[in-house]
Amino acid sequence: MFLINCPYCGERDQSEFVSGGEAHIARPKQPTELNDDQWAEYLFMRKNIKGIQFERWNHVHGCRKWFNVARDTSNDKIEKIYKMGEQPPKL
Amino acid sequence: MSKNLRINNKQFVDETRKLSFVFNGKKLYGYKGDTLASALLSNDIHLVGRSFKYHRPRGIMTSGSEEPNAILQIGNDDALTEPNVRATEIELYDGLICNSQNCWPSVKFDIGGINNFLSPLLPAGFYYKTFMWPASFWGKYEYFIRKSAGLGKSPSKQDPDMYDHRYMHCDILIVGGGVSGLIAAKIASDDNKKVLLLEDKELLGGSLIYDDNDISKIDNQKSSEWLKKLIDNIQNDKNIIVKTRTSLAAYHNYNFLLARQNLTDHLSVNDRNNKIRQRLYKIRAKKVIISTGAIERPQVFHNNDRPGIMLASAVKKYIDYYGVRCGLENVIFTNNDSAYETALSLHKSGTKLNAIIDIRDNSSSEIVNKVKSLGIQIYWNHSVVDTKGYKRINKVTIMKLNDKGNDVIGKKIELNCDCLSVSGGWTPMVHLFTQSGGKLKFDNKDNIFVPDKTNLNQLSIGSAKGDFELDDVLKNSIKDTKKFLNIENSNFDKIDVKCSKEKDKKNIWLLPSDKPLSKTKPFLDYQNDSTAKDIKLALREGFKSIEHVKRYTTTGMGTDQGKLANMHALGIVADTTNTNMGDLGTTTFRPPYTPLTFGTIVGRNVGQFFDIFRKTPMHDWHVDNNAKFENVGQWKRAWYYPKDGETMYDAVQRESKAARESSGILDASTLGKIDIQGTDANEFLNRVYTNAWSKLQIGKCRYGLMLNEDGMVYDDGVTTKLGENHYLMTTTTGGAANVMSKLEDYLQTEWPELDVFLTSVTDHYATASVCGPNAKKIINKIFKNLDLSDESFPHMSFKEVKLGNISCRIMRISFTGELSYEINVEASYGKYIWEKCIEAGKEFNITPYGTETMHLLRAEKGFIIVGQDTDGTMTPVDLQMDWIISKKKYDFIGKRSLYRSDTIREDRKQLVGLLTDDPNEILEEGAQLIKDENKNPVDMLGHVTSSYFSPTLKKSIALAILKEGKKLKGQKLLVPMIDKTIKVTVSDTIFLDKENERING
Ligand SMILES: [Zn+2]
Repeated sequence: MFLINCPYCGERDQSEFVSGGEAHIARPKQPTELNDDQWAEYLFMRKNIKGIQFERWNHVHGCRKWFNVARDTSNDKIEKIYKMGEQPPKL
Repeated sequence: MSKNLRINNKQFVDETRKLSFVFNGKKLYGYKGDTLASALLSNDIHLVGRSFKYHRPRGIMTSGSEEPNAILQIGNDDALTEPNVRATEIELYDGLICNSQNCWPSVKFDIGGINNFLSPLLPAGFYYKTFMWPASFWGKYEYFIRKSAGLGKSPSKQDPDMYDHRYMHCDILIVGGGVSGLIAAKIASDDNKKVLLLEDKELLGGSLIYDDNDISKIDNQKSSEWLKKLIDNIQNDKNIIVKTRTSLAAYHNYNFLLARQNLTDHLSVNDRNNKIRQRLYKIRAKKVIISTGAIERPQVFHNNDRPGIMLASAVKKYIDYYGVRCGLENVIFTNNDSAYETALSLHKSGTKLNAIIDIRDNSSSEIVNKVKSLGIQIYWNHSVVDTKGYKRINKVTIMKLNDKGNDVIGKKIELNCDCLSVSGGWTPMVHLFTQSGGKLKFDNKDNIFVPDKTNLNQLSIGSAKGDFELDDVLKNSIKDTKKFLNIENSNFDKIDVKCSKEKDKKNIWLLPSDKPLSKTKPFLDYQNDSTAKDIKLALREGFKSIEHVKRYTTTGMGTDQGKLANMHALGIVADTTNTNMGDLGTTTFRPPYTPLTFGTIVGRNVGQFFDIFRKTPMHDWHVDNNAKFENVGQWKRAWYYPKDGETMYDAVQRESKAARESSGILDASTLGKIDIQGTDANEFLNRVYTNAWSKLQIGKCRYGLMLNEDGMVYDDGVTTKLGENHYLMTTTTGGAANVMSKLEDYLQTEWPELDVFLTSVTDHYATASVCGPNAKKIINKIFKNLDLSDESFPHMSFKEVKLGNISCRIMRISFTGELSYEINVEASYGKYIWEKCIEAGKEFNITPYGTETMHLLRAEKGFIIVGQDTDGTMTPVDLQMDWIISKKKYDFIGKRSLYRSDTIREDRKQLVGLLTDDPNEILEEGAQLIKDENKNPVDMLGHVTSSYFSPTLKKSIALAILKEGKKLKGQKLLVPMIDKTIKVTVSDTIFLDKENERING
């Protein structure tokens, strides 16, 4: 059970949050310009790596804000939390 | 008590409080302070059960949670009985009733015992190999396996006890109240930390508290006396919260831990009334110190499982703590010094000790010298090769070991023995450390795994970390705790510790015998009856990974998780394969460390508190009017309102007819409602719905379909434009929370530039929906000044009007196809407006209808229900709703997916109508559609999603999804049922009023 430091509320129990999967996958601005493969890349393809993974989390039972989390999937250590729109940290 | 097994005047049992209990139907006595195990032993009862596979007689072996044999069924009440309780852990109370589990018909005469003689036929993997095929026989095998295995019986009635949950936070959590944990607690408290100290026994102090030898001294005091003063000190310390009878169940990441406190299990049944039985603590600790100690290992030799063979440390505890002799003809078998403490305790209590057998060549430590000086016979370099006695050990046979320790030589010596104390060294309790993700390293000196790397803020101290001698335990605990807490000095810095030091070590994982291995029974896992032979067989058969060997032989798979067996299993694998033990890796210990009752896990969340349920403001009216309810998400929705013993079918037919012929009223309060405001609200709707919203005028409503980005239908509902930049969106009842989350997600992450604000107002408004040809008249009676003409208030429009002080939002929208008004008011007026409608509608036979009738009415019109007629694989095109996809909009959620190669396939499953050839035949929802009954395997073309008998059309109607359904209109298909096959014809999805004339009354 993680402790997650919501950038808007502070440290809270994991049960207040939901994970929204991989971060930094922007919705294409012009989907109609994409062929099937390109669209499928956006729609379906997600990484599942051992190591630092960038994820979206939502404080659903709190401020309901989305933010980004850099988590080491090998030990669940949260290396960094940063707001939506910010660039992923170099880790 | 025929034999003199009690030693009087022991401080930990209260001899003035005699308690009676019943074991296998026999009334016995013990004292307050006893465990069930010590009370049984004081009655000379060792034999308590039968082993799992061979049904060999088994006795009490330990004095703690590692007990593999003394597992009993407690209580004889259908609701309160509890299986798999360790006799070594349960405190004796007056009136306790217990029974052996794993034997039938009785512990002394056991039919399954015949397996023992068949045992050459029951090797490792026997169950896997024998009971594989044919699969249809499994039911029969299972019956026999369960009956003969019989690991207890579950209570058959609801648990009447109360359980509790509580959150706790602390600076330092200390798990284990032995000497190292107590010292750490004191150091932390002196540094002004908030400490939570958990101890699974009823008293603090661990094994040192009953230490009774003259060698161990702390600050020149007897170690147990010194410890008592420390405990007094801790119990008066305001910084330390002590929870006894509390065992740690699970250690999760981020120092989140679960602990279970026993509050009433030690009380007599009458004293438990209205008390909480157990409490589950959910603990967040800034730092965790693990001081769970170590457990003694047995030794692995032929027939090492007879009743009366016990761990040496347990025999010592039964004497020194409970004042119970486990036998009158004692023999000790050891490979290390610690068992000599048992020898001293036996001697001091005046209990006969016939001999000590030690596999080492000699030992010259202080404690061994002391035992030597008492004139006790010690057989050095000897091993036990056999034991005798079926229901209780009566003899041991020993032989000399050869130089290599891999064979026995010389003459057999037979010794009388009714209690054999065995010690094979000590294993640190690293279970919690590994549960928390910590990695172990192997210590070749002591043949143990010790904590190595961890990512958490935690520390292992004492024998849990591999320190076994008193001076190491104390000095390292002090040093490591100070470092862990960043403390310079502590009150323990000048501590003076004296103790015996072990100099000689020897370890043989599988002791040799004069017989070939195949003729012996050296048990490893007593609960699962796996022997050293089974491990070797598994290796011969090609199993290499320790996890596979474990599963194949079931070693370590019992309720004790192999606390006694795992090290020997690893050792034998390492020896057999010539591998270093440290390279084998250990098996994973999973939570819970000791089993938890379901009651503790669920706590107060039982019965009506199992899940929350939501009621509409009109709920009481529905109850008063005999509604049956159905669960929709967390909502209780009125399902139908049976009158005078009507069946559901009858009620729905009546309600549907009334709604079509005159008027009906539905509580639609549960529909999700989202208030949308902002200058970009219109643009936002354009992006989230498939259809166009730009031209919607204030006061008008529009139906919208929402997709997932993959193009599949996600939700639907009507949105009303309340003002220039103000909309009210409705969603499906079940989808409300998800739609809200999805919209917020897009606003925050993809389109933060949009000026849009969302507020969930589902609970803020109540909705009464009045429909039917007479709906207008009813509304007119309530809102006398409201112009209800089609010109002023057409279909899909909205008006805000006052009824007294109540402001009402009235939408003229319809899910039934009838002329229909939805009146939305603030929730607190919900019941008032509902009753107002009922009253006004009386002369028109206004009929309350529930969700079932709503579903029937909309099905007649071919309106879909998202989640019933769709399942996350249906596009709007599949639903024949192409009309709702805007061709002009550049983009909306899911648009691009609508022309992926897969979504444009014409042979996708599509929504169709179905009419049965026999109009009275009603299809079952979920029934399959096929074309050719004789084809094998039959092609499954689709299934029925909605099915009803329409009282208006006087025939059965259904919606279905069907492969290439659009092309199959008019075709005959078959619906195979268990007792017949129903013929159907594919039809249009709209069954009633294709011209939409009823919408205007
Ligand atoms: Zn927050």
